[in-house]
Amino acid sequence: MSFFRDPVVFLTQWLNGVLAGWGLPPAWVQVISFTIGGAILATGAMLFVTILIWGERKLLGRVQDRYGPNRLGPWGIFQSFADMLKIFIKEHITPVGVDLIPYNLAPILSVAAVLMVWSVIPLSMTMYGVDLSVGLLYFVAVGALGELGIIMAGWGSNNKYALLGAFRAVAQLISYEVPMVVSLLVPVMLAGSLSMNEIVKQQNIWFIFISPLAALIFFVTQIAEVGRAPFDLVEAESELVAGFNIEYSGLKFGMFFVAEFVHAFTVALIFTTLFLGGWRGPGAEQYPLLGFIYLMLKTTIVYFIAILMRGSLPRFRIDQMMDVNWKLLTPLSLILIAVTALAVKAMQPLSPWISVPVNIVLNLILIYLTQQLLVRYFKRRKIREVGSRNRPVARLEEPVTSTAESEGSL
Amino acid sequence: MTAMQIIFLIVAAVTLGGALMIATSRRMMHTVLWLVLTLMGVAVLFALLQANFFSVVQVLVYIGAIAILILFGVMLTRRSMVDAGESLVHKNWWVVAVVIALLFAAIVISIQPWGAAHTPLVELMEFKEPISDLGEALVDPAAYLIPFEVSSVLLLAVMVAAIYIAVDRKGGKS
Repeated sequence: MSFFRDPVVFLTQWLNGVLAGWGLPPAWVQVISFTIGGAILATGAMLFVTILIWGERKLLGRVQDRYGPNRLGPWGIFQSFADMLKIFIKEHITPVGVDLIPYNLAPILSVAAVLMVWSVIPLSMTMYGVDLSVGLLYFVAVGALGELGIIMAGWGSNNKYALLGAFRAVAQLISYEVPMVVSLLVPVMLAGSLSMNEIVKQQNIWFIFISPLAALIFFVTQIAEVGRAPFDLVEAESELVAGFNIEYSGLKFGMFFVAEFVHAFTVALIFTTLFLGGWRGPGAEQYPLLGFIYLMLKTTIVYFIAILMRGSLPRFRIDQMMDVNWKLLTPLSLILIAVTALAVKAMQPLSPWISVPVNIVLNLILIYLTQQLLVRYFKRRKIREVGSRNRPVARLEEPVTSTAESEGSL
Repeated sequence: MTAMQIIFLIVAAVTLGGALMIATSRRMMHTVLWLVLTLMGVAVLFALLQANFFSVVQVLVYIGAIAILILFGVMLTRRSMVDAGESLVHKNWWVVAVVIALLFAAIVISIQPWGAAHTPLVELMEFKEPISDLGEALVDPAAYLIPFEVSSVLLLAVMVAAIYIAVDRKGGKS
């Protein structure tokens, strides 16, 4: 029954045995099995996301009081596959004046940068691409390649809207990387390691319960890194037409589209790995396959929370977006990391029964103080009213009798 | 020839080709993109040497920060981003080529007596990089505390200077 207990390791060992049986040297066996594993992981991630797109559209539809896709197959479940086929057979249009190599390389780089993250995520106890000792740093570094892809798309398209969109996108991504990296240091300090596997193994208590503030900051910055609502200024239609991908059509646009969705899911996966215990759950050590199912369930929940935020919040203005980052999240995360470092170091000899509640209380105090400061700030700030309260109407059927009353109610 | 050697040769060729293209491409933007490719090649070389930390930091610092900074610099300072003037290659390029070849030969000859240049690489099994050792060395007064602190102060000074230059003073017209 070892196949059902841990299918991936079983198949890998079987494949390695077959290849070694053909007389290949061990190094070549390793290269071949890594190549196959990488291809399967990347393809699986993309196909899984195809189904997620359906789930997202369905959920967003419900948020907006409509059905969502409901024509093709039961509950419209094949809609994404039809969309995928359609985008495969669309025409590739290359506009005049583009810089061919950056223009064509940008979509590939965007998808690759997202899929590269999957190689360090432990999908179950035994199933991971590579156990890098600097896994988290790798995750941050690979994000930079995505930014490069966006710049190449914006510049290579030879279109001012694409370039403006790329500038705006990269400004947002670089800014939000600061609180993201700082809040990432909290799980690193709690686990004492940068390796993703080690962080998961250290989570006897999920880190979201030890440091809810770090989890919150990471969640917000991750939504901004993906560039979804309320941080979707990257594709503000009224200002930028469509953002950096305006000149792309057919499969190349599809790759940007897929990159965004895979990125959103990957981000939820990282959040689960760092703060929700990854694959951990009852029986996950004995049956690694079970751990994979736990991981996917937790990730899907995080992903759908992000979608509900996307469906319910309006878009930030660019100055508000920058204010949230530089005036709120960055100072808060810096204070949090100082507090957590002192608390973790001071309470190292104590048992977790004392240190964990103290950590939670410190986090809650920080959240409370932040909230109080924000409330006081917004009470003090006067918002100047634009326009008049008495709005002109086209056809005055009931003449307004008591203006004093209506003003009073407003 | 092992698999690692083949991968090394491909990566080395890409890195050197990218470096050559940096010097010869006509457009400023292309130069930067080739520079990114070269830096990426160096990162892969680090990874082949099992220096994971250096590899990741190479990508993070050079591509994630410096290359994007250079890209923005090029985009914001050139009047036309197409800057397709004459090739950046000077007509006396062969003088430079000879000098570089001589320098390379001098380096190769000078490292010949060094024993480590002849040791074949051994793959480290079950090698875990002690990142914590690096961290402790950076804050240990007996090790690298002072260089670390001095470089932090330098970076802080640079940041203050950058803010001073960029700040929009009240009443002044920038």
